[in-house]
Amino acid sequence: MALELINQIIQGALIGGLYVLFAIGLSLSLGVMRFVNIAHGDLIVLASFILMSFSAILGLSPFIVAALLMPVAFLAFYALQRLLLQRLVGTNMLGVILVTFGLAIVIQNGLLETYGPDTRKLSGGALELKSINIGGGLSIGLYPLLVFATAVVVIFALDRFLYRTSIGSRIRAVADDPAAANLIGLPSAKIYGIAMGVVGLTVMSAACCMSVWTNFDPEIGPSRLLIAFEVVVLGGLGSLWGTLVGGIIIGVAQNLGAQVDAAWQILAQHLVFLVILFLRPQGLFSRGSRT
Amino acid sequence: MANDRDHGGGSGLLATRGLSVYYDQFQAVREVDFSIEAGEIVGLIGANGAGKSSFLKAIVGQVDRIEGAIEFCGQSLTSMSTPAISAAGIALVPEGRRLFPSLTVDENLRIGLSIGRRGPITLEQVYQWFPSIASRRVQLARSLSGGEQQMVALGRALLTNPRLLLCDEISLGLAPVVVGQLYEFLPSLRTSGMGLLIVEQDVRRSLAMADRFYCLLEGAVCFSGRSKETDRDTIMQHYFGV
Repeated sequence: MALELINQIIQGALIGGLYVLFAIGLSLSLGVMRFVNIAHGDLIVLASFILMSFSAILGLSPFIVAALLMPVAFLAFYALQRLLLQRLVGTNMLGVILVTFGLAIVIQNGLLETYGPDTRKLSGGALELKSINIGGGLSIGLYPLLVFATAVVVIFALDRFLYRTSIGSRIRAVADDPAAANLIGLPSAKIYGIAMGVVGLTVMSAACCMSVWTNFDPEIGPSRLLIAFEVVVLGGLGSLWGTLVGGIIIGVAQNLGAQVDAAWQILAQHLVFLVILFLRPQGLFSRGSRT
Repeated sequence: MANDRDHGGGSGLLATRGLSVYYDQFQAVREVDFSIEAGEIVGLIGANGAGKSSFLKAIVGQVDRIEGAIEFCGQSLTSMSTPAISAAGIALVPEGRRLFPSLTVDENLRIGLSIGRRGPITLEQVYQWFPSIASRRVQLARSLSGGEQQMVALGRALLTNPRLLLCDEISLGLAPVVVGQLYEFLPSLRTSGMGLLIVEQDVRRSLAMADRFYCLLEGAVCFSGRSKETDRDTIMQHYFGV
């Protein structure tokens, strides 16, 4: 029993890695750039379908195709920011919510039209089947472990990018006070575009890891968005490492809930979220805690 | 209206001709003719709402709509973006300092390095000028005192290596001793040929430092001249428009 419990915690933490990847782009746009992107989940699903198409056309593994599409993802998100979202900077939050909500609907229906409502999954090849024995009769899948490692690497890289590079501090400056940034001559639109391009890179990584791990269809975007939101808010807005911890907690809560009853999986996730939010409304690692 | 026009012939840095600034229907600045030369300190005085800040914002390209001409080193600024204007050599120390609160002192200063021109002013030079912020370089800007924040704001502007520095109400809300330090420091910048345009409510301080001044009243220049040749009572009369 205890062993089963440990097993469920480990498996939950690993799927938490996938949730971290869903959330990390949102952590950047919501926590750092401070705008709510309702279409975040749908953009991940859109990227998954694009990955699927190119993987089929080129006959290559989705991992290689995702790597090849990274520059495209950066440019597409850069363009999305410059051409659409930038128009909303400085207006109230409602405008951003409405426009990204509309974008979400457009993506969902566009995907339904193009690909139909079928559930899809991409094949990661032999990699998906390998597992590692970690003793005590427990084994963990190599693929979930790699996804978790990817999540940690992405968090680490993004943290370095934001806090150790010149463009990173310019992104945080524009997020702090867009009007002041404009006043002293920072090209804030371009800087926001670059930040959104980086969000695009994380969305492509999330799409790649998700589409090989789980089933997806044109309408699962909102449920991915909900997980991403909970992960980001749980971890604390603006804290990238908090997002990692938040993802693990959500993953473990889901798995332990499922042990009680299959119906409890999602309920447990929301309950843990609400309890932690009640105890720490600012999230586990709030922005100010960084030294 | 006494209008001092004997500043031609020098190395003109910035000049405006008939500059008007509009926000929607409201006209904040009315047909201002202004000039400043390299190495010159010019004071812009006037009561609250006289259009001083709008004039500065117009120079850096941050107002809705302007009419008239702005020329900087022979180049028209009217259709240039703010980043391009910064890169050309104009830096603004905005009213209220406007530091980025969640960035450290060092990061705030480096923002200046990233937007301006390359030149003799370095990070080390700024820390030498303002030793009290040197010891706080890894602290968040929001944890600093008002005076220290003003030094960072000034440092951030200077690190763009400007040819023209625009200072908007840099003494506002600061202790007199800190204001004294800042006003002692500013004139030393002119030796490198930098022009300084100082917007200040404190007329006495402004006139003590400036070579020339312009007085704005309801958006228009009501009076201008050389600081040394003009007595304060005359200026105060124009200041209040009596």
